[in-house]
Amino acid sequence: MSEQIDKALARKYDAGFVSEIESDTFPIGLDESVIRRISAMKEEPEWMLDWRLQAFRSWQKMKEPDWAHLGYEKVDYQSISYYSAPKSMKDKPQSLAEVDPELLRTYEKLGIPLHEQEMLAGVAVDAVFDSVSVVTTFRAKLEEAGVIFCPISEAIKKYPDLVKKYIGSVVPRSDNFFAALNSAVFTDGSFVYIPKGVRCPMELSTYFRINELNTGQFERTLIIAEEGSHVSYLEGCTAPQRDENQLHAAVVELVAQDNAEIKYSTVQNWYPGDENGKGGIYNFVTKRGICETNAKISWTQVETGSAITWKYPSCILRGDNSVGEFYSVALTRGRQQADTGTKMIHLGKNTKSTIISKGISAGNSSNAYRGLVKMGPKADGARNFTECDSLLIGDKSAAHTFPYIESSNPSAIVEHEATTSKVSDDQLFLCQQRGLDTEKAVSMIVNGFCKEVFKELPMEFAVEAGKLLEISLEGSVG
Amino acid sequence: MMLTIKDLQASVEETTILKGLNLTINPGEVHAIMGPNGAGKSTLGYVLSGREDYEVQGGTVEFENQNLLDMEVDERARAGIFLAFQYPVEIPGVSNMEFMKESVNAARKERGEEPLTAAEFLKTAKAACKQVNLPLEFLKRGVNEGFSGGEKKRNEIMQMILLQPKLCILDESDSGLDIDALKVVADGVNSQRDGKRSFIVVTHYQRLLDYIQPDYVHILADGKIVKSGGPELAKEVEASGYAWLEGHEEASA
Ligand SMILES: Nc1ncnc2c1ncn2[C@@H]1O[C@H](COP(=O)(O)OP(=O)(O)OP(=O)(O)O)[C@@H](O)[C@H]1O
Ligand SMILES: [Mg+2]
Repeated sequence: MSEQIDKALARKYDAGFVSEIESDTFPIGLDESVIRRISAMKEEPEWMLDWRLQAFRSWQKMKEPDWAHLGYEKVDYQSISYYSAPKSMKDKPQSLAEVDPELLRTYEKLGIPLHEQEMLAGVAVDAVFDSVSVVTTFRAKLEEAGVIFCPISEAIKKYPDLVKKYIGSVVPRSDNFFAALNSAVFTDGSFVYIPKGVRCPMELSTYFRINELNTGQFERTLIIAEEGSHVSYLEGCTAPQRDENQLHAAVVELVAQDNAEIKYSTVQNWYPGDENGKGGIYNFVTKRGICETNAKISWTQVETGSAITWKYPSCILRGDNSVGEFYSVALTRGRQQADTGTKMIHLGKNTKSTIISKGISAGNSSNAYRGLVKMGPKADGARNFTECDSLLIGDKSAAHTFPYIESSNPSAIVEHEATTSKVSDDQLFLCQQRGLDTEKAVSMIVNGFCKEVFKELPMEFAVEAGKLLEISLEGSVG
Repeated sequence: MMLTIKDLQASVEETTILKGLNLTINPGEVHAIMGPNGAGKSTLGYVLSGREDYEVQGGTVEFENQNLLDMEVDERARAGIFLAFQYPVEIPGVSNMEFMKESVNAARKERGEEPLTAAEFLKTAKAACKQVNLPLEFLKRGVNEGFSGGEKKRNEIMQMILLQPKLCILDESDSGLDIDALKVVADGVNSQRDGKRSFIVVTHYQRLLDYIQPDYVHILADGKIVKSGGPELAKEVEASGYAWLEGHEEASA
């Protein structure tokens, strides 16, 4: 059976094309002058530059972490370019009509039309290409509701007070090696502000695309949900198929004030590298949210891409009765490696968290879940439920689970369940006997395994995610 | 001729199980196969449906003028071979609905027909579900997930009804069923007898054959069909078991 499955899994990556777009790209290398130039390109205020420089100085003193269950050649941070933008974006197109059609075509090819009339109704998109935001749709409609949804570079200029107050408030500048690097050199990303009591009238989404060779993407996203507000946000990512490894080091900060709710979904499909492990994106991401009283943050992620994934979306449950959720599907194949999971930090009373993690490993890949549940001394009556399931496809892949529990409150309850299963010959045979080919059979079984997580995704994207898994598992059978 | 099996020899894990089996089935016929445990009945079903690890070492199998042995499992299925499993497996999280819709549409595609829409499929699925006396919620539940033994067997028959195959191989679809469920399964099978569709019914008990009238009864022992006859042969087996086989085999050797 494993031969059949290997065939079915033979790599296919639909988003691997390169767009012929002329770009302004910084020479490779990183020092203070590069940071000054980035800041100048973005016409940033002085305080922002200072903030970046301080981050850079902390980063210089830090060491790249090596505790994750990952093996890769260390990145040479001096051989990367830290800024690249399509030339056509220099004149700051004011409307979609002024945007380079080649850029729009890129997104269309990826299945994300940016013309509002063609888009999924009810979804606003911010499209980030290398280091800049190309376009943000439905802005007028959102503004009517008082919602701000714009590139963070623009927010720094237009809403400096908000940015200044919240940037680094959840993920401090020197939180970790990659976060510090991002703080120093971040180029673009999305900014979302939902005023008090507002239910965001549409889904917000950001679509990240890395195009240029030897360029890192360092985006930064900041979402602020004021008291009693509600927002659902989705990010998607792809990159061309290249032989070189590329670095993506993002920071995402979520702030959920009292009674607010943020639902953050990710469908990550960065180029994973070829079957021998050549090329692919290194995805080193810091995502964290803070929940005040009765607030709720829910992270849902479907991770199918990247050569290396290092990612632990976390919740700090500071307010009493606040709720954190983490639903994850991580699929690795070929030589992909993923070390992903979450941290739930319970500080307030009666805080609740749920972790559902589904790891699928095929080929020679390795997939690790790493999760921390921490119950603080004041977290009376706090509860966590963790379910960690691994599915192995074939017999050369590996799954690991590293659950850490730290409790300093005897009234807190932590429950953990873990299972490991295999796609069995019997299941495969049943599907095939009913007329399904091997690819369809495997993707169906895998989809079934992920069901609990998919049902957490916004409707439009649940279908997408299912398809993405199918494409990821698709190959050259017959 | 629907199916012609000539001198079929097959092994699994280096052990020869089928040792020269002959069987011919015409459209519309029901053939019952009985025989002691371990004789190779399930193996025959697996070999006909093309399961990996079941190696054919000799003989030929023709299905509607095609060399069946050349085809992949899913090709055979789409060509009209259906196997109701002796031990149906679970596929957690994949709803029966979803599973059957994909299967039915794969078969339709093969025949050059348009896929059924969700609404169209739901209608037929509901009817089939009622026919095997399963509550409609079974369409939403994961394939065989947490089903009782009898429910699994009825679920297999439901799939058969939906797929409209040409040759149905029922491997002990009656085992583990209560009397009412047995009738449901038999009625399900009988409803599909249309003079063209053929059946191989593997069973240990004459009881099932009271409900599904076979045209022929075969005794499979030690990898071969050792005796064939009409419905009366099943009654003989019921009365006297397989003790006579030893002598028979020597006689035929
Ligand atoms: N995967 C396998 N590995 C080793 N031996 C096998 C395997 N599958 C079947 N066999 C053997 O092949 C023989 C025939 O098995 P089979 O399941 O076809 O019998 P059967 O006639 O269906 O019996 P029952 O009436 O008990 O269902 C048995 O001796 C069984 O142990
Ligand atoms: Mg059997």
